[in-house]
This record gives sequence, C-alpha cells and structure tokens, in this order.
Amino acid sequence: MEDLKKIKLTRRQWLKALIISILSIELMYVFTSLSKNNLRRKQNKSMYNAGKLSSFQPGQVYPFGTQKLYLSRFEDGGLLAISTRCTHLGCMVQANDNGFVCPCHASSFNQYGEVLSSPAIRALDIFPVEVEKGMVMVDLSSPIKRKGFDKSQLHYES
Amino acid sequence: MGKQTGIRAFLLHLHPKQVDERAIKFTRTFGLGGINALLFVILAVSGLLLRFAYIPSQVGAYDSILALQNNVSFGSLLRNLHHWSAMLMVVTAFLHLLRVFYSISIFQERRKNWFFGLGLMLLVLFSNFTGYLLPWDQLSYWAVTIMTNMLEYFPVIGQPLANLFRGGDSVNEQTLLNFFTLHTGLLPLLFVVFSILHIWQVRKAKGVTVSDKTARTMVPAYPNLVWKEIVLALLLIALLLVFSMFVDAPLQEKANPAISPNPSKAPWYFMGFQEMLMHIHPFFAVFVIPVIVVAFLCYVPYFKYQELNIGQWFHSAKGKKLTIVSILFSCVLTLLLILISDISAGFQTLSGKLPLIIITGLIPFFLYFTPMLAFLFLLKKQQEASRIELIIAFFTIITMSYLVMMFVGILLRGKNMELIFFQT
Ligand code: HEM
Ligand code: FES
Repeated sequence: MEDLKKIKLTRRQWLKALIISILSIELMYVFTSLSKNNLRRKQNKSMYNAGKLSSFQPGQVYPFGTQKLYLSRFEDGGLLAISTRCTHLGCMVQANDNGFVCPCHASSFNQYGEVLSSPAIRALDIFPVEVEKGMVMVDLSSPIKRKGFDKSQLHYES
Repeated sequence: MGKQTGIRAFLLHLHPKQVDERAIKFTRTFGLGGINALLFVILAVSGLLLRFAYIPSQVGAYDSILALQNNVSFGSLLRNLHHWSAMLMVVTAFLHLLRVFYSISIFQERRKNWFFGLGLMLLVLFSNFTGYLLPWDQLSYWAVTIMTNMLEYFPVIGQPLANLFRGGDSVNEQTLLNFFTLHTGLLPLLFVVFSILHIWQVRKAKGVTVSDKTARTMVPAYPNLVWKEIVLALLLIALLLVFSMFVDAPLQEKANPAISPNPSKAPWYFMGFQEMLMHIHPFFAVFVIPVIVVAFLCYVPYFKYQELNIGQWFHSAKGKKLTIVSILFSCVLTLLLILISDISAGFQTLSGKLPLIIITGLIPFFLYFTPMLAFLFLLKKQQEASRIELIIAFFTIITMSYLVMMFVGILLRGKNMELIFFQT
C-alpha cells in the first residue's frame, strides 16, 4: 500500500514535470523565433540616399523628418548622421542653435549629440555614413549606441 | 427554498447558501470585488461591440474611431462607456487591493489568493495599457512610446522585451496589431481564468474575513446578499451611463511619429514611474526599486508573525494610528525629495567627480530609504510596533510615495515637464 502511494505520487509529479518542460520548450521556441524575426529585419541593410554630397554645406544641419535623422556637416567637412530619437524615452528631438532639444522632458544635446542636460543620460545614437558615387548613403537599419562623441565618428570624403 | 432557475440560479452558485451577517455589511468589502467583476462584464460587452467598428491598422484605426463617434448612433456613448469603465477599473482594482491588505485578509488560507489578486491587478493594468494605444492618436502614440522606452531600461532583457512588444525598435503598425491581439484576445481570456480561480479561492476560504471567526450569525445569501449586489450593480451601471453621456473620452489628432507633443506623458496610472524616472537613475527606477517592491508584495504573507488579527482593520488600533502617521511621513518625505531634486536639477551639480549611477542613483536612493528605515526603527522602538504593524507602515509609505509622485506628474508638471510653479 505504502509503495503504491509512492509510485502514484511520483508518477503524477513526473507527468507534471513533463508538461511543464514541454510547455517551456514550446515557449522558448516561440520566443527565440520571434526575436530571430526581429534580427532578420535588422540585417536587411537599408541604405537611405540622402542626396548629393556637394549639396550639404559645411556648418549646416539637415533634417530628414520621416527618416528620423539629422545629417550634420561640420566646418571641416566631416559628416555625422544623428538619430532624432531622444535617448531618454524616445521622443523626437528638434534642432536649435546649440544642438538639439527634446520637447518631451527638456533633455538637451550639443551639436555632436552629447548630453548637455538630463534627464537623458546617453548621447544621441548615430548611423553609419558612406559616400557612393558622390551620394551620401545612411544606413538607417543599424543605429550605433555611444557614450559620447569622438572624432572617429565623423565621416570624411576627400 | 424553491427551485431556482436562470440568472438567479447562476448568481446563487457564486455564493454559499448561508453567509455571515457581518461579512455582507457594505463596509466590510465596499463591494469592490463585485464592482470589478461587473466592470469586466461591461468592458467585455462594450469591447466586443467596439470590435465591429474598429480597424486595427495604421491607416484605419484613427479614422474608424472618428467614424464610430460621428456616424454611428450611440457610437460615442459606446466608446465613452468602454473608456470610463476601464479607467474606473484601475481605481477600483487598486482600492480592492488596499481593502484586503489593510483588513489583514491575505494570510494563511488566503495566501494563494493574494497572488491571484496581484495577477489580476497586473492584467487590469496591462489590458488598460494595450487598449490605450488602439485609438492611434497623438496621446496614445506617445504615451506608448514613453512606456515601452521605460521598459528598455530594465537590464539585459529590457531591450529585447520592448522590441518584442513593439515588433520593432519604435512604435509602428506591428505594435498596434500586437496590442490589439493582446487586448481583445489573450488578456480577456487570462482575465476570465484568473477571475474564476480568484472567486473559487474566496469560497474555499469560507468567504471574506470577519474579525471574530467564532461568533458567527448566519443568514441566507438570498435575498440578504444578492439584493445588495443587485442594487449596487444597477447604481454603478446608471452612474457610468450618465457619466458617459456627458463626458467624452479624449481623442487628439491622429498619431504623428515625427512630432512629439510637449509635454509627453505616460497613461495617468503610470505617471508615478515617469516622475520617479526624472529623479533617479533608470537602473534604480526601472529595476532595483520595482524588484524590491514586487518581492515585498509577494513575500508579505510569508513573513513570520507573532500575532495576526485576521479580518480586523489595520490589525489593531495602534496599527491604524501608525498607518495615518506613515501616510503623513511619506507625503512629506516624497514631496521634499522631489523639490530638492528639481531645484538641484537632478543632483547633477556633483557630476564630473563621481559616476552618474552614484550621483543620480545611489544618492537619491539612500536619501529616500535612510529616513524611511529610521522612521520604521522609531516606530519599533518608541511605539513598540509589532511586525505586522511595521509591514503595514512600510506598505503604506511605498504606496503613498507612488501616489504622490503620480499626482505631481499628472497635475503639477506642464511644458518641458517643469513644475508649474517654476514655469517662466
Ligand atoms: C479587461 C478589461 C479591459 C480594459 C481594462 C480595457 C481598456 C481599454 C482602453 C483603456 C481602451 C482605450 C479606449 C479609448 O481611449 O477610447 C480600450 C479600447 C478598446 N477596447 Fe478595451 N478593455 C478591456 C476589455 C476589452 C475587451 C474584452 C474587448 C473586446 C473583446 C475590448 C476591445 C476594445 C477595442 C476594440 C478598443 C478600441 C476602441 C476605442 O479605443 O474606442 N476591450 N480598451
Ligand atoms: S524623451 Fe526626450 S527628454 Fe524625455
């Protein structure tokens, strides 16, 4: 009798464990395949053609609203593609004389996208820039997170 | 009692035949559990009707709401009813949680039900939040942007989780579809399952708590309890209908991903979070503090208590007094810290010398928790508060802090999220 009880209990426990593990494997499968889906979307490089290099004047900032992008050309000719997405909570920053300011909670950033005042704590993301056949191409699919600005982030075209 | 049929039989099935006289007094439960159940039914019915008019797509959503309001007879009323019932449900679910907590009704055989209750509270918030996006106007678009970005601050899994919910790295059409499916499919289903478990547990614990279990006077549930329920339900339905006739649910311009309104706020019940995030490093606001609070909430029924006056409001007269003192303490402490932080521009004056996580994280964290622990210590030494009374005090302080932050965030912050007193 005692033995029987034991077997019954363990069998039930075993079934329970089996069901739980099948369910968690299933869940894990769904989860990973969903996130893979995300990754795949990321790998599709989508180069955005911003226009002729010669049309961007040194010392100017060019907004691309729908692409959520500001293209800056500095005095020395260096190009920087800055994301408009505020690193605080994702609102769209606007360009002003000093750089950028966020309308949502008033974070401000300098012209290189570095934080001037919080609540944001991280510099604005940037996008890789290439120049092909005189056209400025911006890789919108892979924004780069960064702590701050350094010279190597600028793109020069001789 | 004769043979009962139809609705009456069903209602009687929810209750035992005999109930304790004191358990059905209005001030025992304030009918809050029942109100929540009724609100869910109203939401399910009105939501089902809304689905006939609603188009879950980026182009269609906003216009379908406009069409519903302008071209369908009683369309506005239907939308208002769903909207206001949903908002009310956040309030009543929260009040219900407070009721069971403060009447010491979450221990022993009711432990398990405390978890089902927490689950239901989560479902209410999550249902509400997923519904918030559906009208696809500026208000909902940016509120959801802000909320999902808050999630990103959660270490390691925050970013993938936020991307999973959004189906991308910003709020887009996939987000709308995800939220629609959660809101009108999965979440209501879970809601039904959890509600059944929840109500079953109440029956299993032999009804709601009363202060002295031995002195029972039983009365038949019908008509004593059932009539009260019907009166309350009809009153609530009437109130909601009248309110929905006169007050429209908000609807701003169609969502525009390129322009953020100033200020952009999360839905009102999450404003406490947003306010906290303005004063303390995200690692603390989105990870450390929520984890502490949730762990505390889960663990409350499992602490070792010397004595527990189950069913007695605030455990004792002293418990009641300490609760009131804790409310005052929490209000003062929270408001003071908000003011200090606002005036010193988020403790940033020190930056440059120390890492950010210490200045904007650890310092405010200790500025809050040190006085609080000192206060609790004082209650213990001076007032000889017992463990349950200290737990009540701790719970009260945290809850009040959230409410204070929420109200400051909703009411006192204008353009650029500055306090309206300091606005130029
Ligand atoms: C479980 C409780 C529920 C809550 C807390 C809830 C909450 C909400 C909220 C806050 C909105 C936004 C309303 C607005 O701004 O107008 C909404 C919209 C909507 N809900 Fe629910 N809901 C619930 C249940 C349901 C159910 C069961 C359905 C359908 C089966 C449903 C279908 C809809 C639809 C189609 C909309 C979009 C229409 C609109 O925004 O006016 N809801 N819900
Ligand atoms: S989202 Fe930009 S400051 Fe908050």
